[in-house]
Amino acid sequence: MASDLALPRLTPTLRLSRATPTSERAWVKWTLIAVAVLFLAGTLVLPLVTVFYQAFLKGPGVVLATFADPDGTAAIRLTLLVAAIAVPANLIFGVCAAWSIVKFDFRGKSFLITLIDLPFSVSPVVSGMIYVILFGANSALSPFLHSINLQITFAVPGIVLATIFVTFPFVARELIPLMQDQGSGEEEAAISLGASGWQTFWRVTLPNIRWGLLYGVLLCNARAMGEFGAVSVISGHIRGVTNTIPLHIEILYDSYDFAGAFAMASLLALLALVTLVAKTFLEWRYADELAGGTRRH
Amino acid sequence: MDARLIDDETFAAGSAPVRGPQGRARDTVDVSIDNVVRVFGETPALHGVSLEIKSGELVALLGPSGSGKTTLLRILAGLDFPDSGRVMFGGDDALSLTVQQRNVGFVFQSYALFRHMRVFDNIAFGLDVRPSARRPAKAEISKRVLELLKLVQLEGLEKRYPSQLSGGQRQRVALARALAIEPRILLLDEPFGALDAKVRRELRRWLREIHDQTGHTTVFVTHDQEEAIELADRIVVLNNGKIEQVGTPDEIYDNPASPFVAGFIGESNALPVFAEHGHLLLDDRALDLAGQPSSSGPKVLVFRPHHVDVMGTKPGGIAGSVISERRHGAVRRLEVEISASHYRIEVDVRADEPKSKKGDRISILPNRWWLFDDKSADAAKPPA
Repeated sequence: MASDLALPRLTPTLRLSRATPTSERAWVKWTLIAVAVLFLAGTLVLPLVTVFYQAFLKGPGVVLATFADPDGTAAIRLTLLVAAIAVPANLIFGVCAAWSIVKFDFRGKSFLITLIDLPFSVSPVVSGMIYVILFGANSALSPFLHSINLQITFAVPGIVLATIFVTFPFVARELIPLMQDQGSGEEEAAISLGASGWQTFWRVTLPNIRWGLLYGVLLCNARAMGEFGAVSVISGHIRGVTNTIPLHIEILYDSYDFAGAFAMASLLALLALVTLVAKTFLEWRYADELAGGTRRH
Repeated sequence: MDARLIDDETFAAGSAPVRGPQGRARDTVDVSIDNVVRVFGETPALHGVSLEIKSGELVALLGPSGSGKTTLLRILAGLDFPDSGRVMFGGDDALSLTVQQRNVGFVFQSYALFRHMRVFDNIAFGLDVRPSARRPAKAEISKRVLELLKLVQLEGLEKRYPSQLSGGQRQRVALARALAIEPRILLLDEPFGALDAKVRRELRRWLREIHDQTGHTTVFVTHDQEEAIELADRIVVLNNGKIEQVGTPDEIYDNPASPFVAGFIGESNALPVFAEHGHLLLDDRALDLAGQPSSSGPKVLVFRPHHVDVMGTKPGGIAGSVISERRHGAVRRLEVEISASHYRIEVDVRADEPKSKKGDRISILPNRWWLFDDKSADAAKPPA
């Protein structure tokens, strides 16, 4: 084969070109790679495999039974509902926040940036408790909420609020550096060509940030579905009513239903894998446009 | 004013004859800027700028960075607003119009092409976003885009993304995009700033040709005097937020209105002198220069390096010693330190004259010069 013939002649040149001042010796290189791979295998891949292994240990029947159980179904439905509200809410909030931070100068701008990071630095349990104190039975707001017959704590609205709280940095954090990097030149060009503010947003700004936005939304969604701490405090763990998937997993685990717990856990793990695959697929599918557009500038 | 009179003036000013197939009336004022002031925080970017731009003119706003030229351009486009003053487009008050309503074609310094759109869609954008009542049919838009691509010599590249183009090509797309909306005026911010010298020179010539073909009233910002002189019908020299001079390239070069203009457009020497009893004194010695200074007091004597005669030993010249000598194109350029004041000037001598060496005594006299009142007499005192 041609490649067999060509290889020996190429090898010396290759070796020469690799001997750059920054390149390491072979054993250093392979040790570093081995450490990285082993670490990943031990801390990420192994647990992931275990989740699926444990889930299917007693056969797929048990897995299906867990999902078919009314409490299980309710947990899945609630999780989807919460994500369906929290993610769009944070999508809108994230775009607004990033837009205002990048495009306008106003008092308290740096304070807003710090505030956006707050959920990252505060323990989710604390954020759950804040809502309990704010809207709970002993709060100042309680009589008013009671009068309009709105139950927030230990009910779906509370879970949604807590989820929005813990997931709101994802979209904004992804967009702010991206939009800062892109500047407002293209928007200025668009309006000088006669585009309205709305047209400029849909035709220029949004397409420029779509990949960052999508990435932020995927992360936000994964976290929204997987959030445990904040939701745990505010939900009250009412089986079949205020249990999300993570809470349901805990209940199953505490009642020694390991197969059931792992079956539910595999659902969340699957979500993580789907998120990854979706992201990789989109990057591959739109590689042309990415290379020709967003990333290379 | 009598229209014929303006016509004669235009003619006398040496501007090009009526050009362009559209044959716009060249004498009507298209843009009029009246006493525009713009302050950023504490620093004034423009203080009291007034200017009239005639229809079909190609005008350069020339000045160093921070002179307010880009601010003025952005105010014309509606991307910035003056704190006071008026801007009129023909009979319309431009300041009451939004950016969208002004219908200006703006070419940005960094081009600001829509990176996710192909060249075709970039150029079609301004037509695509029109409300349906004013939007041309798809076929019409397509025809127009292809025409423009031909005009900017980018046929066949309509499917490329901006990142797949060279700097010069991007510049052309940006221009085609701005021209697509049939702008009332065309504004270009440092149009060749980001290009290398060769491409820059080519594009300059090409822009002039496009302007002659389309006849758009065009204003461009530049810090490059050569660019302004080569391209513009008229040059507006800005410094520190004020207009120093407005005129044709010839007027600006041959009759600078201030030492700044003389120094910024072409090379020049500036020497502090003193006018007294009809004489010009340099370091208390009278210069043998013809013409009477109209008033007494501190003045600045400005002359170009090539407008000097070597005097030999005659008195009344500017005497000094040669510091260095180097070849400068067709001539030899000497750096001369004036004996008494230690001011340094540059003079050109013929290349076939004997070479000078460091320390040689020389006396020169400008054969063409300008005299300005020294507004900073105290600051300009010769160093002790």
